[in-house]
Amino acid sequence: MTSTDWPLWEVFVRSRRGLSHTHAGSLHAPDAEMALRNARDLYTRRSEGVSIWVVPSASITASSPDEKDPFFEPAADKPYRHPTFYDIPEGVRHL
Amino acid sequence: MTTMAPDTESYEAVFDAAVAADERIEPRDWMPDAYRASLVRQIAQHAHSEIIGMQPEANWITRAPSLRRKAILMAKVQDEAGHGLYLYSAAETLGTGRDELLDKLHSGRQKYSSIFNYPTLTWADVGAIGWLVDGAAITNQVPLCRCSYGPYARAMVRVCKEESFHQRQGYELLLTLSRGTEAQHAMAQDAVDRWWWPSLMMFGPPDDESAHSAQSMAWKIKRHSNDELRQRFVDICVPQAESLGLTLPDPDLRWNEERGHHDFGPIDWAEFHAVLRGNGPCNDQRINRRRQAHEDGAWVREAAAAYAGKHRDTQGEARA
Amino acid sequence: MKQAPAHVPATAGAVPAAAALALGDDALVLSHRLAEWAGNAPVLEEEVALTNIALDLLGQARFLLSLVGDEDELAYLREERAFRNVQLVEQPNGDFAHTIARQLFFSTYQELLFGRLAAGDGPFAPLAGKAVKEVTYHRDHAEHWTLRLGDGTEESHRRMQTALDALWRYTGELFEPVEGLEVDVTALRDAWLTLITKTVRQATLELPTGPQAGAWTAGAGRQGLHTEPFGRMIAEMQHLHRSHPGASW
Repeated sequence: MTSTDWPLWEVFVRSRRGLSHTHAGSLHAPDAEMALRNARDLYTRRSEGVSIWVVPSASITASSPDEKDPFFEPAADKPYRHPTFYDIPEGVRHL
Repeated sequence: MTTMAPDTESYEAVFDAAVAADERIEPRDWMPDAYRASLVRQIAQHAHSEIIGMQPEANWITRAPSLRRKAILMAKVQDEAGHGLYLYSAAETLGTGRDELLDKLHSGRQKYSSIFNYPTLTWADVGAIGWLVDGAAITNQVPLCRCSYGPYARAMVRVCKEESFHQRQGYELLLTLSRGTEAQHAMAQDAVDRWWWPSLMMFGPPDDESAHSAQSMAWKIKRHSNDELRQRFVDICVPQAESLGLTLPDPDLRWNEERGHHDFGPIDWAEFHAVLRGNGPCNDQRINRRRQAHEDGAWVREAAAAYAGKHRDTQGEARA
Repeated sequence: MKQAPAHVPATAGAVPAAAALALGDDALVLSHRLAEWAGNAPVLEEEVALTNIALDLLGQARFLLSLVGDEDELAYLREERAFRNVQLVEQPNGDFAHTIARQLFFSTYQELLFGRLAAGDGPFAPLAGKAVKEVTYHRDHAEHWTLRLGDGTEESHRRMQTALDALWRYTGELFEPVEGLEVDVTALRDAWLTLITKTVRQATLELPTGPQAGAWTAGAGRQGLHTEPFGRMIAEMQHLHRSHPGASW
């Protein structure tokens, strides 16, 4: 990394209250404070957000696509976690 | 990441199946080297076009003839910087840093859209760029929202959403001029006369001469051919020009009932290739200005990096 | 055909015209200077940031000028001597350090001023209430960059100090009383100096020691006396509008 090379940050924006932060993209900034400000300017200039997270891209540990099967297959095996697994008699509401 | 030979085949099968099923390829997925290279080339060229494209329009910010127009133009040029950032960010997911891409732009090893090598000579050019250049860009870009590479497609969704105002403001600007004084009308017509043909060139060479098209279509990076998109653009523009009260500078332009499309005259591909090779009216000016801004800013970027180095610990504490 | 207003009425509605013009011209001129950065910023992220600030200021200018008359007549058809902005905002961008120093001095003043106006019940309270949020961000931006340039590299430190010193002489005018603007300028100046001193010290820089006004120019911008670069700036700004008298854009 050269001295002018600012690290990369991932930006997460909460678009409105009640929603979780969603990945919006990335940007370069020398430090966290500037990253937050740059993110505010770039990703919320049409008032798309109420809250922003910035995370150094290098700090993110991601599951590898190679591990996809062991990671996600077991979940696919548990249909009882999904509401459509259950038969409910017709006419029963608010369930 | 390992790319062991025995696995490549099965990886490639997974990749091909995903593309065939219209699924998105994501950054950490295995992908053919040529797919990655092709994407980097296209996304970089697109990002470079956004930031070089700021120059011809910024040329008029300080002379905008009303405060309303000035605010609109500033917001538009700012969006272009933003779009450049979204796109560089998409390119970074392929493992290519922005510094590397900027280096390639500055040294002429990567291109940007040739259209920005034409000068903005009058205020009406701002309108013509909005209507025709952004119009052509949108025609090109809307299909990219469904591009097979996820981060590029997502960046394009954002870009297209924001660009919708760019074309409209250009059209409205030209309409105001066209319906204004005689001098204003003439200014608008002159701008359209100068920007029409270069806009048609923005779709790239004809399909049978396009170097990258076939493979890009197979990979679903591209969804429509250059000629298809160009025809679509001409068909859209003809009635719009009529509503503007302006003419398009092509004596061969007429509706072809049989094809259900407008026929149009031959494009001067010699000019296109000359501009591409660096002989356009503004090639040197644009790249020199970009290089200059980058060099002038080096001490600022260094300063911020140095400050961050000194204060890394205290910043962490402040947030804790 | 539109005519340049021969004179500006003393009050436009309930709003004191002189004060609206002074504040409006400050915002108009600084916005124009910041917009000159378009395509030239040191890093792409800063293109977006500087334009955000310029757009906020242009919005303020349009609001304030519209209180006095037609915004475009006022912006495009007044002669240099009729502009009421402080000389600080018309100073050329210089290097990034000069732009940041100008931003630091001006946005700190504007935040304090608007904060006071917003708290009162005068004619500017509604505008100030909205604008103070924008300006708080402008000051935050300027402070962050002052710290980074001051406490960055040797070169950036030197450039930032040079910029502070060069623009210091235009800061006194910020605290000249403006007709129709009911603020305690002495208190404003004290608060300003406290904030500036804190930021400058934290940035490992020195507070300039020179006078805060030139020999004959104290308050001069507010009276329509400007510096030479300003004439060229508005010549560029106005030429197209003036070339087509009466035209709509």
